[in-house]
Amino acid sequence: MTGNPMVKAEAVHKSFGRLEVLRGIDLEVYPKEVMCMIGPSGSGKSTFLRCINHLEKIDAGRLSVDGELVGYREGGDKLYELHDREVCHKRSEIGMVFQRFNLFPHMTALENVIEAPIRVKRESRALAVERGRKLLDGVGLGEKVNAYPNQLSGGQQQRVAIARALAMQPKLMLFDEPTSALDPELVGDVLDVMRGLAKDGMTMIVVTHEIGFAREVGDSLVFMDGGVVVEAGKPRDILTNPQHERTRSFLSKVL
Amino acid sequence: MAIKAVPVRHPGRWVAAIVVLAIAAYVVYTFVLAIQEDHTTHGSGWASVWFYLFNGLILRGILVTLELTVLAMVVGIVLGVILAVMRLSPNWVMSWVSWLYIWFFRGTPVLVQIFFWFNLNLVLKSVDIGIPFTPLWLHANTNTLIPPFMAALLGLGLNEAAYMAEIVRAGIISVEHGQTEAAQALGMDRSLVMRRIVLPQAMRVIIPPTGNETISMLKTTSLAFGASVTELFTRQQQIATATYEVLELLIVASIWYLAMTSILTVGQYYIERHFGRGTQRGLPLTPFQRFRRMVFTFHAPPPAPVQPPISIPSEHR
Repeated sequence: MTGNPMVKAEAVHKSFGRLEVLRGIDLEVYPKEVMCMIGPSGSGKSTFLRCINHLEKIDAGRLSVDGELVGYREGGDKLYELHDREVCHKRSEIGMVFQRFNLFPHMTALENVIEAPIRVKRESRALAVERGRKLLDGVGLGEKVNAYPNQLSGGQQQRVAIARALAMQPKLMLFDEPTSALDPELVGDVLDVMRGLAKDGMTMIVVTHEIGFAREVGDSLVFMDGGVVVEAGKPRDILTNPQHERTRSFLSKVL
Repeated sequence: MAIKAVPVRHPGRWVAAIVVLAIAAYVVYTFVLAIQEDHTTHGSGWASVWFYLFNGLILRGILVTLELTVLAMVVGIVLGVILAVMRLSPNWVMSWVSWLYIWFFRGTPVLVQIFFWFNLNLVLKSVDIGIPFTPLWLHANTNTLIPPFMAALLGLGLNEAAYMAEIVRAGIISVEHGQTEAAQALGMDRSLVMRRIVLPQAMRVIIPPTGNETISMLKTTSLAFGASVTELFTRQQQIATATYEVLELLIVASIWYLAMTSILTVGQYYIERHFGRGTQRGLPLTPFQRFRRMVFTFHAPPPAPVQPPISIPSEHR
């Protein structure tokens, strides 16, 4: 991995009230890298992901995407909060896929995909539709452009959600347990799409319970517990030879 | 094979039904007779009911009633949406002002509010005094006296806005937070999220009570009588005062109110059906469809039981 990191976290802290969810996260994700994050629920994986596109605000530490701080601008030795407009612009460059899909139920698959390119990036409708169709084709749903979310299976919905995020041509994709709400049968299709994305060189951070996917596709693996990174490294090393007792006990339960 | 069994008899149900019908028939009969007898004192009974039913003044009154209903609902809905969004705003001043508005306008009687606007011109020459107007009304009212129609419209519309605000707020809250997050993650700003994602979904929750409010508003416009607006109720009252046919004209007004609310009720039913689409697998039959089915299958055998939509593998049958 070369160049400047796409995501760089230094001692990132986040609390909800008195509950400290992130207690000093340090990590770097480089362009074209696929980083998988595993760990028990409540370990702070999802919260960290949500901090990256400023859906949550960090309390302490430094978090930057593509060399720019998340949510702030540096001027001299002071930090200035970003205006809503700037936050929105930065979010538009980061794709996010949710555990529960969160497709817009009142829009068809194609409308879901073209909404943000037209309204946020001000693309022409014709261009957005053309690219939207191509993206839906790419995730194997070329036939379903006019279907409403409730007419699609969970796996199909999640693939539409991925296409929707890709339509903004993001430089980074965040996946928050993208297959956890799916029937086991449907997981494969979604993972195939993600595998294809990784092959095309997308920078991805994937919070997942799919150890097989992490081993096969991930360039790096992070094991989190209690709001800290317990262990990070090559997936194969961690999965076959974990250094920490906590990692060992977690893996023994999920493998 | 359909099951054939002797149905359980319910004699109690028959007795109850007959008693209730008898009481209802007696009430109607007494009432009809009373109107007939009114003939001997003041009016000419049912004949004058039919006579005034299509009287020009009454018909013009109906037009004013409909105008008032539509305009007051438009004011109520537009202002209600604004108030609901303000109420949910992160800016606490906005939220507080909205709360105060709803508290005040929902907490005082509509009739009081109509009288207030009606009499405002007696004490104030200028009415743009920081009362939360929409720009539309600001222009129309500055330094002018409020005509009766406007007084009634303000009273009804501003009061309605308080109720609509709560209805719209309930609709907005009913939309899952994940929708907002997904939209934000795509880079949409607050107003875009509200206009394109949240409000369209909130409509399903907002529409049915709004239909209710419209039906209610149609009847509440009779309070415009208090501001001497010549709507249906005022018109019948004027005629009744002149002819002493009080009961007859009240019946005329009731017939028209009933007719109009009936039309709105039917309209509401179909609008609700439309917005319920996509959330239910199959829609229930409309009363008309049920009636048609009843008539045509009256002598036919009962319909076959509905097949489950998903076929069960044969080994489980």
